[in-house]
Amino acid sequence: MQKSWWKILSFGLLIYTIVGGFLLDVPALPILHESIRNLYFHVCMWFAMMILFSISLVYSVKYLRGFNLRNDIFAYQFATVGSFLGILGYCTGIIWANYTWVSDQGQSLSGILKEPKLIGAAIALLIYGAYFVLRSSFTDIDKRARISAVYNIFAFAMLFPSIWIIPRMVGSLHPGGQGGAGGNPALNFKDVDSRLRMVFYPAVIGWTLLGVWITTLKIRIQLINDKALLHEPS
Amino acid sequence: MNLRKYIFRTLFSIAAILCSFVSFAEPVEMADQMRSNGKIYVVVAVCLVILIGLFLYVMNVDRKVRKLEKESKGH
Repeated sequence: MQKSWWKILSFGLLIYTIVGGFLLDVPALPILHESIRNLYFHVCMWFAMMILFSISLVYSVKYLRGFNLRNDIFAYQFATVGSFLGILGYCTGIIWANYTWVSDQGQSLSGILKEPKLIGAAIALLIYGAYFVLRSSFTDIDKRARISAVYNIFAFAMLFPSIWIIPRMVGSLHPGGQGGAGGNPALNFKDVDSRLRMVFYPAVIGWTLLGVWITTLKIRIQLINDKALLHEPS
Repeated sequence: MNLRKYIFRTLFSIAAILCSFVSFAEPVEMADQMRSNGKIYVVVAVCLVILIGLFLYVMNVDRKVRKLEKESKGH
């Protein structure tokens, strides 16, 4: 195992997330009750996804600047693990919504399905899904890398409006929508209770680092597999 | 058979009544009771086992990849 301080940090932060996340005090809120603790898990999946997609974008730009296939592998694997975290975020959101919006708030299912953040997140994930379809449809490696790098930049540009901007311009059940406090509640220091922030920020860092670790493993495996293609003295 | 069903039904309704008393006692019910019973620690322990298992697995894969990298460097 390659020993790195950030792998140990990730482990420590996630242990803290689970122990602190279950046992520390949280604000008592109606409807949410103890499920506010999902902030340390469900929301962190999306944050980690955003960070991994951002890293993927950086590598796509780097690929387009020098056409080094290594950067294409990095961009691809970061997008894969990012999408996986996004799907986990979606699944956890389904469970959370079922027990708060549907059963306790009395929202109808059609009301939930109109929730703009759900639609936006689905669009964003489908755009990234198209990225993988696009990649697999090329047989020429250089063409595949070049076109998918350009597409990745487009996908990232669509990610922001579809999950961060549009849900906040129209009414949303998620925090930050119209009628709520507005702005970005997770990053606004006045909005999130300080008791939640004590666990939330370490949790985001911990989950992101775990995602990065898994991505580096996938990258290293692909680098070994594609050694012949990379034309690099290793 | 019928008697058993009857007993079950009675016990169940008693439990349901007790539960309704507990939930109406406070306007916002939190897991305080659960914590005082100590059961929340069970959940924490289960989650920790899963997390530690996950990390051990990732570490194991990391070690294997490292080995492969060394092998491919040797050739």
